[in-house]
Amino acid sequence: MATAFPFTAIVGQEEMKLALLIAATDPSVGGVLVFGDRGTGKSTAVRALAGLLPKMRQVTGCPYHSDPETTKCSCQACQKIGRTGKPASRLEPVPVVDLPLGVTEDRVVGALDLERALVHGEKAFEPGLLARANRGFLYIDEVNLLEDHIVDLLLDVAASGENVVEREGLSIRHPARFVLVGSGNPEEGELRPQLLDRFGLAVEVSTPTDLDQRIEVIRLRDEFERDQDAFLKRYRRRESRVRSKINRARKHLDSVEVSAEIVRRMAEVCVALGTDGLRGELTLVRASRAVAALEGAESVELKHLLKIAPLALRHRLRRDPLDESSAGARVERVIEDVLQ
Amino acid sequence: MNSLAEASETNAWGGPGEDAAIAMALLAIDPVGLGGAVLRSLPGPALDTWLQQLRGLMPETAPWRRLPLNIDDDRMLGGLDIAASLSAGRPILATGLLAEADGGVVLVPMAERLMRGVAARLSAVIDRQAVVIERDGLAGIQPGRFCTLLVDEGLDEDEQVSPDLAERLAFHIDAQALEAALDEPAAVKPGQLPGLRSSCSQVSSSEQQLKALCGLAVMLGIGSLRAPSLALRAAKASAALAGRTEVENEDVQLATRLVLLPRATQVPLEPSDENEAEPEPPPEQEDQPEEDQPPPPPSLDDMPQELLLEAVKASLPADLLEKLQIKALRRKGSSGGRGGPQAQAKLRGRPIGVRPGKPVMGERMHLPSTLKAAAPWQKLRQASLEKRGVNGPRLAVQTSDFRIQRFKARRQTTHVFVVDASGSSAMNRMAEAKGAIELLLAQSYVRRDEVALIAFRGAEAEQLLAPTRALARARKELAALPGGGGTPLASGLDKAHELAIDVQRKGHQPVIILMTDGRANVSMDGSHGHDKAHEDALKAARKLAAEGWCALLVDTSRRPRPKAGELARAMGAQYLPLPQASANSLSSAVQAVSAA
Repeated sequence: MATAFPFTAIVGQEEMKLALLIAATDPSVGGVLVFGDRGTGKSTAVRALAGLLPKMRQVTGCPYHSDPETTKCSCQACQKIGRTGKPASRLEPVPVVDLPLGVTEDRVVGALDLERALVHGEKAFEPGLLARANRGFLYIDEVNLLEDHIVDLLLDVAASGENVVEREGLSIRHPARFVLVGSGNPEEGELRPQLLDRFGLAVEVSTPTDLDQRIEVIRLRDEFERDQDAFLKRYRRRESRVRSKINRARKHLDSVEVSAEIVRRMAEVCVALGTDGLRGELTLVRASRAVAALEGAESVELKHLLKIAPLALRHRLRRDPLDESSAGARVERVIEDVLQ
Repeated sequence: MNSLAEASETNAWGGPGEDAAIAMALLAIDPVGLGGAVLRSLPGPALDTWLQQLRGLMPETAPWRRLPLNIDDDRMLGGLDIAASLSAGRPILATGLLAEADGGVVLVPMAERLMRGVAARLSAVIDRQAVVIERDGLAGIQPGRFCTLLVDEGLDEDEQVSPDLAERLAFHIDAQALEAALDEPAAVKPGQLPGLRSSCSQVSSSEQQLKALCGLAVMLGIGSLRAPSLALRAAKASAALAGRTEVENEDVQLATRLVLLPRATQVPLEPSDENEAEPEPPPEQEDQPEEDQPPPPPSLDDMPQELLLEAVKASLPADLLEKLQIKALRRKGSSGGRGGPQAQAKLRGRPIGVRPGKPVMGERMHLPSTLKAAAPWQKLRQASLEKRGVNGPRLAVQTSDFRIQRFKARRQTTHVFVVDASGSSAMNRMAEAKGAIELLLAQSYVRRDEVALIAFRGAEAEQLLAPTRALARARKELAALPGGGGTPLASGLDKAHELAIDVQRKGHQPVIILMTDGRANVSMDGSHGHDKAHEDALKAARKLAAEGWCALLVDTSRRPRPKAGELARAMGAQYLPLPQASANSLSSAVQAVSAA
């Protein structure tokens, strides 16, 4: 299986990288959608994220990676309280789970353990991908080709944060909070609005037009393919620098202030764009706070808002099929009018 | 010495046949890194020979798998082997075709017919070089490193392999090249290959060559970065084939011809210094294309991209520009390939697998999958039935086992708007009609349908817009539509008939929406007079009805008259008087008609 390309070796595509870093800093931003041309390294970037995320503390042996501090999970591992008053735990990598095309429903939500049913005639729950992605990332490449019935499952779980399985008289509910990351090519079809709405940030990527940048991409790719170990080694320090940046930002996140003035500007932009509901404003607040935290700023400033607004709003516009300009262009136009 | 080395000494290009032969050798050297090839050819001896020769170059143990078009996920990716699992008493994975092909070749015949979903799964496996299985209670990863060969039998530009899949494969070879390759000596002997494979990864390239490939890709209008990346790999394999450890000028040229040129979307602009005349006339297709080429400058380092391009241009086919223009035009219309979304239908269309759930509203239960779903749990269920003292059925099937057959509607809809722009209509409710059409346009946009526009006024009907998804254009045409003149209703219906036949030929489903007040006063031969015109209109309407298309007649007159209703009956259309039709009820009427 192919080794993941390091995140810090990705040339350009700043918007995509920023969106992923924001999601890593504050998962409550609510997912990232990456739409763009072929061969722009969409899935490369998402897979690279896995190597970048700081490890997190999780209950040893818990299939849902529960946090020992707050676990309400009913699995054996979480029920076994140690002398500290908490279940045993250790630092482990944040799960980045791939939802491959052709996945069957039982593997998404979990089902009865086939082996134990066949061998012992026992009922036991075998957690699925939603369990594995809890507290982590769930990545869907070619999200617009995902079967409708699987999309329905995801929508339900992504909204409630909980997965409920009823099967063979077995009733299981377990936490399933994850950052949904989807990528796709808009030519392959549009996303259902409900699914679109579940993503906090939307990024449009295109191939770099700058020749030097293109050369750099190919050169690094070539070097990576020639000697992966040496390449990864070369980028180790850069990777760990970004990792500690995420860590710092997370700690710093709650202390970042969002002034009433900034919130008012956010609301103005949303009103001017006519976005549905309050999710636009909420995402703006969270995402701009994460940007400020990543930059080490004390409070959210206009520049943070400007940076994040297109990502947070472009997929929330009410469709105007007869407006020829892209959603991104419309958002930028409004932002310019309202904020500057 | 192999033929490439000889060719390189004279620096002459051996023609598309030699390139096809070399491409085969390069695939044998770096089958996974190069991804594979698109072979644009009908089945025939040339294709067979090329495939046979490539097979001869692959290691003897290398698997060679044909991927049938109708393959299901179980077979392609792997799934639960029910029979083996039941007899072994534990879950056993039936390895999928892609995992079986690890270390070998996946051959896809009739690849232009491949469904989007299958192409996307194949692309995902190519990217990861592994098959990720999350199916039927089984989870795992199996290696899936193979070379993919797509045989593209598409006859016209509309029928093409999935662009997403094609761009992952280095070489795009056409039928002529395969034909010409029949006369070529083999570029490599099987015995040399193990050595070449290991030396290929040692080949290095210069910064200058990297720049050349990237620059060429940009000049040829290739957006994706996979193209120059694959070209670089091809150049390295070519250098290895020639027994070198460094990429040379001619490797870059070869890679450009094999990888970049077939992907070109534009003809590079001439650096126009002394004359703006056409570049040297590209050689004739059939007879010796390589005769009179100037040898390219020897060193690449001091050669700007323009010159390299010049050297490469010799292999541009004469009709490249023409083809590219056609391609570009086509691209405006559609996303290319079979990329258009297919509506999911409940009951009809091509079966696309099953999903769990209880069948409702005439959905069909898929019995084999249901039984298959129930099978593994029998031991468990029998035990619990016994515990309750029930003498259960031999086979305990529960609702959770139910599997429903899913279908994909093969057809996309094209809405043909036939608008009466005559004086009488204009006086009535032209503006409202336009508004209603705009609303329908917005709706068909949401569903990514196509629309076409025909207007009739004065002497005859005119097609204002061929079927398109460019709705902004449709709106523009509509806004600019002048009103006034006679009502050549029959001519409008005839035009709609013609257009709908074309639409159907393209595999789309036409829906005809006629907006008129029904007061025809110009007959087929252009003469005026109500009665004759009405007769002609009815005749044309019956012709439409005979085709059995979905149709809707929107009566735009202020007070609905029997004539329009009569016309609607004649053409087998639903009749909807506009006075009662709010924009919304109109659109739901169209939807109902389209769904019928």
